Amino acid sequence: MDSPADETSGGRDLRLDRVTKRFGEFLAVDALSLTIPSGSFFALLGPSGCGKTTTLRMVAGLEEPTEGSIHIGEEDVTFAKPYKRPVNTVFQSYALFPHLDIFENVAFGLRRRGSKEVKALVEGALELVELGQLARRKPAQLSGGQQQRVALARAIVNEPAVLLLDEPLGALDLKLRRQMQIELKHIQTEVGLTFVHVTHDQEEAMTMADTIAVMNGGRIEQQGSPGDLYESPSTTFVANFLGQSNLVRAAVAGTAGEDLLLDVHGQRLAMPAARRRSGEVDLLIGVRPEKIRLAPAGEVQSGDAENVVPGGVVTDASFTGVSTQYLVRMPWGQELMVFAQNTGGGVVAPGTTVDLRWDPVHTFGLDGSGDERAGVQHDEGVEPVPVG
Amino acid sequence: MSVVQGIGLGERRQSGGTPPPEPGRSGRRRATPYLLLLPGIAWLVVFFAVPIVTLFSTSTQTRPDGAEIGVYRQTFRLANYVDSLSEYAVVFGRSFLYALIATLAALLISYPLAYAIAFKAGRWRNVLLVLVVAPFFVSFLLRTVAWKQILADEAWVADALRFLHVLGPQDHIINSAPAVVIGITYNFLPFMILPIYASLERVDPRLIEAAGDLYANGLTALRRVTVPLSMPGIVAGTLLTFIPAAGDYINSALLGNRDTTMVGNVIDARFLRVVDYPTAAVLSVTLMVSILVLVGIYIRRAGTEELV
Repeated sequence: MDSPADETSGGRDLRLDRVTKRFGEFLAVDALSLTIPSGSFFALLGPSGCGKTTTLRMVAGLEEPTEGSIHIGEEDVTFAKPYKRPVNTVFQSYALFPHLDIFENVAFGLRRRGSKEVKALVEGALELVELGQLARRKPAQLSGGQQQRVALARAIVNEPAVLLLDEPLGALDLKLRRQMQIELKHIQTEVGLTFVHVTHDQEEAMTMADTIAVMNGGRIEQQGSPGDLYESPSTTFVANFLGQSNLVRAAVAGTAGEDLLLDVHGQRLAMPAARRRSGEVDLLIGVRPEKIRLAPAGEVQSGDAENVVPGGVVTDASFTGVSTQYLVRMPWGQELMVFAQNTGGGVVAPGTTVDLRWDPVHTFGLDGSGDERAGVQHDEGVEPVPVG
Repeated sequence: MSVVQGIGLGERRQSGGTPPPEPGRSGRRRATPYLLLLPGIAWLVVFFAVPIVTLFSTSTQTRPDGAEIGVYRQTFRLANYVDSLSEYAVVFGRSFLYALIATLAALLISYPLAYAIAFKAGRWRNVLLVLVVAPFFVSFLLRTVAWKQILADEAWVADALRFLHVLGPQDHIINSAPAVVIGITYNFLPFMILPIYASLERVDPRLIEAAGDLYANGLTALRRVTVPLSMPGIVAGTLLTFIPAAGDYINSALLGNRDTTMVGNVIDARFLRVVDYPTAAVLSVTLMVSILVLVGIYIRRAGTEELV
């Protein structure tokens, strides 16, 4: 059992219990409950304004919750001052002290706590982020990526129970960001601290985190491993925000053993009954684009129980090298997306009539009253501005 | 005339995008910035360089035997300095002491005020800044006269202090050293507040948050982050207060007594009433040089060479 005075991170889970934050009339965080196990890499993923940064700031002590409580291990830190919490933050803007050199920036927290081995610990932390030789430079003399590492070292060196990362890679260019993602994950494994990472970038969250909580409108939509969230989203928001989904309206027509029989615009399809997330008859069924296969129209059923939807017409084919991304117009007017890996079969020309085929186990069933456009990210190629 | 033509040629040449001009004409173009500096240089020569030289030269003059009052001849008598300084050493010491105390008092008042305006005032920020500058709408002299009223024997400040037994029944605040220091502090307060505000306003509040996140309590964050980052403002404010305060004579004249005489009062009296130009010049030169030396040491110690 850890005593509240214990300064190490061993076995101290971060627990948020019905935490609510209002700014005047605006409800930023809505009765959020969350347990983050000690030593895990946890991502809070959501679009701008979903309340993820506010949640982070409440854990750091920079905002006070309107309601609810926050515990680290057995210690109630809900209203504790930031400097009294075993929590450190890597700020989005890095917030390095411009008047101190890199060494003193990293040493700042240790000196405040009267550490006896400042020099060794700082040198160790700078070694970890591979900046040992720049210890006597000022922050302004460093590149963005280097400043980011200093901010990380400055937080890690204190061995907090919880390390908060507020969009730490948001200011870096794409290439550097990918590199830092791998490094961050590596460092987290090495130091074994609890990382809570706030981001709007789903790829970043998936690459690094053990567990992702997808936030929307101040609430957690779904929480789980990247694989779980991707393969079995429980809401349309998660289905669209995490990767891309084809969502089609369907009605439950009966059951057959483990399977649920569906009526989809006149076609009889099947999906595992266990993947149905709603008791309603009307569902939105989803399939990820890479799970669908384009088959020549009227291909003979090979006996296995594939879902087949005939009558699609290819309207667009974008060859990206690794794969080809197709848009297929269905008889009921909806356009579905299909990613075909480049295994040498060539590109299906637009205008071709095709059947869509996929394994029923890849189908998930969501509540039919959900908004099928929720969480769709526009302007994929444009980097969203990282706002709280 | 030829100067104007030269400039005109240069400009036409530039806009035409022709190859670099031959040496003879480029010389005229290189002269252009200096020609633009001419009015400023002329101003400095007439109103700074010439008076300084005159002042230095006056400081070593002597009055010929039997000459009229106010008539002095240049005799390069450096002993003027020894004579005057031995007579007025105490006055010099007092001036710098008053200026130092007033500067420190102004700093203690200004820093929290500037901090509050920069970080806590919200939408009242501009109103408060106007209020800081508002006293300038009244003349320096009138404001000091007002303090004469505030600190007078029959005014409430003295009454309150007597009531609290801080002040004896026969004691005064007016016409005393504290009154002079209070007057100087008050008069130069805006010169302290504004530069400190300007540098605090540029401090990123996220750095203060980061300090809190790194186990610094409010006071430590102030000492380790906010104050160091506002050092340029503190240095500028203390200089803008100390330099004029050391040479001030109005506060001492209006709020002090014979024992609070400052260098400024002596210079004023020697120049304008006694018509003893050499002594006044000696004191002026000494004041100037000692302030330069003190400021030089201070800036070096404060480690903000980039300020000058």
